[in-house]
Amino acid sequence: MTDALRVDRLGVAFDHFHALRDVSIRVARGESFGLVGESGSGKSTLLRAVVGLAPITSGSIAVDGEVRAGQRRSRAFFRKVQMVFQDPYGSLHPRQTVDRLLLEPLAVHGIDGAEARIRRALDEVGLGPSFRFRYPHQMSGGQRQRVAIARALILEPEILLLDEPTSALDASVQAEVLNLLEQVRRDRGLTFVMVSHDLGVVTHMCERLVTMRHGRVVEMLTAAALATGAVSNAYTQELLRASKGFVRAG
Amino acid sequence: MSALPAAPRQGRRAWLLSNSPASRLQARLGRAYMVWLRFSANGLAVAGLAIILLLVLVAIFAGLLAPHSPTLGDLAGARLLPPGTPGYLLGTDDQGRDILSRLIYGSRLTLFVVVLVAVIAAPVGLLVGTVAGYAGGWLDAVLMRITDIFLAFPKLVLALAFAAALGPGIENAVIAIAITSWPPYARIARAETLTVRNSDYIAAVRLVGASPWRIVLRHVMPMCLSSLIVRVTLDMAGIILTAAGLGFLGLGAQPPTPEWGAMIASGRRFILDQWWVATMPGIAIFVVSLGFNLLGDGLRDALDPKEGAQ
Repeated sequence: MTDALRVDRLGVAFDHFHALRDVSIRVARGESFGLVGESGSGKSTLLRAVVGLAPITSGSIAVDGEVRAGQRRSRAFFRKVQMVFQDPYGSLHPRQTVDRLLLEPLAVHGIDGAEARIRRALDEVGLGPSFRFRYPHQMSGGQRQRVAIARALILEPEILLLDEPTSALDASVQAEVLNLLEQVRRDRGLTFVMVSHDLGVVTHMCERLVTMRHGRVVEMLTAAALATGAVSNAYTQELLRASKGFVRAG
Repeated sequence: MSALPAAPRQGRRAWLLSNSPASRLQARLGRAYMVWLRFSANGLAVAGLAIILLLVLVAIFAGLLAPHSPTLGDLAGARLLPPGTPGYLLGTDDQGRDILSRLIYGSRLTLFVVVLVAVIAAPVGLLVGTVAGYAGGWLDAVLMRITDIFLAFPKLVLALAFAAALGPGIENAVIAIAITSWPPYARIARAETLTVRNSDYIAAVRLVGASPWRIVLRHVMPMCLSSLIVRVTLDMAGIILTAAGLGFLGLGAQPPTPEWGAMIASGRRFILDQWWVATMPGIAIFVVSLGFNLLGDGLRDALDPKEGAQ
């Protein structure tokens, strides 16, 4: 079986700054894959490069065995791969109602039955019909992120890229959104690639993960190994210690 | 008794301000109502709006309001009568025409110029600016250098040149003013576009697979609209003055058209002895320009472009 997503020796450079060097990951179908690392390690850039939002200088990306190079992505690509952004305050158009936001993907792809689909999408993320005609400023952060998830899901993708989907939310809402994501993954058999700097979230959500630093993959390990502390790499141990240290102090 | 009429109004207000609108229309009206609430809290802005509405009404009902013909005067009996003369409230000019009637009919021309310039120049500027800002690269460079070339000329001088080349007349004056007034709009639209083009919500639309045109027209342009509307409104006064200037120089409306600028020009010859001939249209220009400026200021507060960021 081909991998859902395979990234081969990917390099990304902004002018003269190399954000990613020689990054290779393989994500199996139906898997939940984590990317962890400190700020600026290139984990978000990796996701953005996959969807064509970052300038790729070398290497290749394959979705379902189909290789994509450069920044151009076909319309069909976006029916397979969707992304949820980190900041729900910035990822929803401030002048558009939820209805307009959810209608846009359907209009672009010429999918009919918009009325029913929008209602179902809102339902799926746990927002009632009363949210349909609200503007983003009339919603809380958690509700906005649910709308962003609904927008990503309305095209029925196979792979969902999650760029720290809960880091802008407070703790109780975080759990709600994570549970929602877990739920839709089970229901739809989605493949997740999730970026986080929170090791707790990643061990909870993902089966396998890589740690990244300075634009390179440092180590690949399973969540079970992370949970038991069976990590060999010094940097990963450091990350682990840092997260535990925080827990102890709290 | 008094509570009865208030009840439905309260209901309508709650309906407009509802946090969970039930339809597209309600959401849109609610948004417009918020803008109106902010706008109407500003007394001067409402005064400006009142002046502009008055101008529009006067222009529409010019035929009913004007006591005399704007172009045919009483050369034998009513030349250069001072203001307050019975039948001629604001006096008459050297052709024996009633100045009040000419001002009333002139409001049509003023409105015509302002609306036409706004309709031509604002969309052109908006399109050039958003396309340049969103596309970037060589297209941005080419479009903005063309804009810079237009900006390098003093507006009135360039308009004069165009009006002279196209021939005198109010339509050509409008075209000349429109050609010279779009560059600032393009600059504003580009600046706004640059601030939103890298935002996540535009990235999210790209991830949906929308074409660049769709993104520019449906997602970027609405973000530029409010600052553009404010700028165009504030520019209206300048447009009126430029039109009046062209009229004054003889390149705008031609006699006997009652254009305000041309009226000042013809009154200039006897400004010392018959001051009212030039002064009355001057006051009209002043009041309308002031109205547009107050309206623009109020709109700036009401449409606060930063509102979207919260």
